[in-house]
Amino acid sequence: MSDDIVWQVINQSFCSHRIKAPSGQWFCRDPHNVTGLCTRQSCPLANSKYATVRSDKGRIYLYMKTPERAHTPAKMWERIRLSKNYSRALQQIDEHLLHWSKFFQHKCKQRFTKLTQVAITERRMALREEERHYVGIAPKVKRREENRERKALAAAKIEKAIEKELLDRLKSGAYGDKPLNVDERIWKKVMGKLEDEQEDDREVDSDLEEMEEEEESDDGEVEYVADDADGDYVSVEDLQKWLADGGSDAESDSDAESDSDDSDSDDSDDTSSKKRTKKTKAAKGKKRPHVEIEFEEEREAQPAEQEIAH
Amino acid sequence: MVNEINIANKLKRQELFAEIKDQKNKERHTMRRQRAKEERENPELKEKRLKENVTRTIDTMRVYDETIAQTNVDSDDEDGEDADAEDEDDLMRFFNTNQRDHPPKIFLTTNVNAKKAAYEFANVLIEVLPNVQFVKRKFGIKLKEIAEMCNKRNFTDMVIINEDKKKVTGLTFMHLPEGPTFYFKVSSYVEVKRIAGHGRPTSHIPELVLNNFQTKLGKTVGRLFQSIFPQNPDIEGRQVITLHNQRDYIFFRRHRYMFRDEEKVGLQELGPQFTLKLRRLQRGLREETEWEHRPEMDKDKKKFYL
Repeated sequence: MSDDIVWQVINQSFCSHRIKAPSGQWFCRDPHNVTGLCTRQSCPLANSKYATVRSDKGRIYLYMKTPERAHTPAKMWERIRLSKNYSRALQQIDEHLLHWSKFFQHKCKQRFTKLTQVAITERRMALREEERHYVGIAPKVKRREENRERKALAAAKIEKAIEKELLDRLKSGAYGDKPLNVDERIWKKVMGKLEDEQEDDREVDSDLEEMEEEEESDDGEVEYVADDADGDYVSVEDLQKWLADGGSDAESDSDAESDSDDSDSDDSDDTSSKKRTKKTKAAKGKKRPHVEIEFEEEREAQPAEQEIAH
Repeated sequence: MVNEINIANKLKRQELFAEIKDQKNKERHTMRRQRAKEERENPELKEKRLKENVTRTIDTMRVYDETIAQTNVDSDDEDGEDADAEDEDDLMRFFNTNQRDHPPKIFLTTNVNAKKAAYEFANVLIEVLPNVQFVKRKFGIKLKEIAEMCNKRNFTDMVIINEDKKKVTGLTFMHLPEGPTFYFKVSSYVEVKRIAGHGRPTSHIPELVLNNFQTKLGKTVGRLFQSIFPQNPDIEGRQVITLHNQRDYIFFRRHRYMFRDEEKVGLQELGPQFTLKLRRLQRGLREETEWEHRPEMDKDKKKFYL
């Protein structure tokens, strides 16, 4: 059959090797294709004189077909084993495709180069011990897991569970005798209940729990002494400062730094909170929260300085 | 009753149907009103009704797991101590329970040839995990060699982010020096800025809430997280990290809380959110597989392993 008729069929009606990429380009899946593109020039079906390079069981061969052998499909392709030496192999291609078109000479060499590179990579990968193992996940399984996760999340009611756990901790006295994370007013209420419960417990009298309570109270007392040295009002103020979520205290801090910080309150809030922690850590080292008191003095002094500066 | 309406005229049919529906509603409302009245006079009735009328969920219908039963016994008997001892014998003994001698020190890295998503997730983890050091993964150094190096530098844990196709898909936790190794699938990661009304975290050490880790396997996982996060929280920071296990999915959340009342707590989410699912638990540093998720485990909806 004439090459042109074959190409007409392939191009205008159908070819089983032809695929269209999402980009709109046509590719060829025929293993004999030398470029991989679906074009008249590189179509192995529509060219009775054709040359290509293929690898078979780790060796690379030059394949050639000519119109003279077209009537015997079993012997249509003549193949030549290419040397393992790269430059020698290129020479072989040159010799065998001496009077062929420039297109096949060039493309065969190109394909040979690429196949050599692939072989090198394959060998290297086989030697390397891969630590990651890939496991395929069927879409069905993936969807099922997603759905189960969604339903589990709905059933979890996470926020409620967290709230319950936190209240449990507060009421069981896990935060110590003088917790810093509770408003004093609320803590007093809880304390009232706690004491009632404790009295009940003592009536029941379980030794273990008493031991625990004693331990807890001991821990609390140690902290208590340290705080007491500065007088009561400081600790109350501390509490308020911790509780006021970036209130006046934060502003004072940012004032101490610069005026421009006032505009973006969030940022200043964040930075000030970080500073706060630093200060508290320092304070813990000294075991005295002196720093807060000093800052109040600064706040009073600050406006005057600013006026001078202006 | 509704099915019996066989009137060809649509308007008439609708009218009749509306009437029937109205009647039903009225009956229901009167019944409820009456019940409420009775229960107001006699609160025991309400208690009884609520006790009897419990929704059957997948969680309540969970398939019996003998390791949970053990823990139920141990609350009141000496058997419990035995069970605890057994636990200590097993994987649990690798975890340091007293962190005073060995505070957590975490080595964080990614898979080889990681993409942007992995590094972004690493940034998030650096904020969440305590005392963490991120090192870019180098090509050609095996995991065991890295573990050895970390061991020399007194790291207690290794966390490896696994990224595939520009998405974070997994987290490996390796406890040093001698395991165990956990591999979790990571899903539904929500970055902080996508969470509406999120707050900004402070540098205080957060509290840790571990919910629903019930079986022996679940407790081992719980112990892992306990050993990773420090046990001396700065409670003045009012931050809490939650790992809530529900049906084998572990939900990670971070909140700031405020006690509004002795019964009410306000929560502000700080983010991020993500979900973990245990895939593999290995002894040592990726050696003998102790437990692995297999596809047939998904067959029974009511069987849970954590």
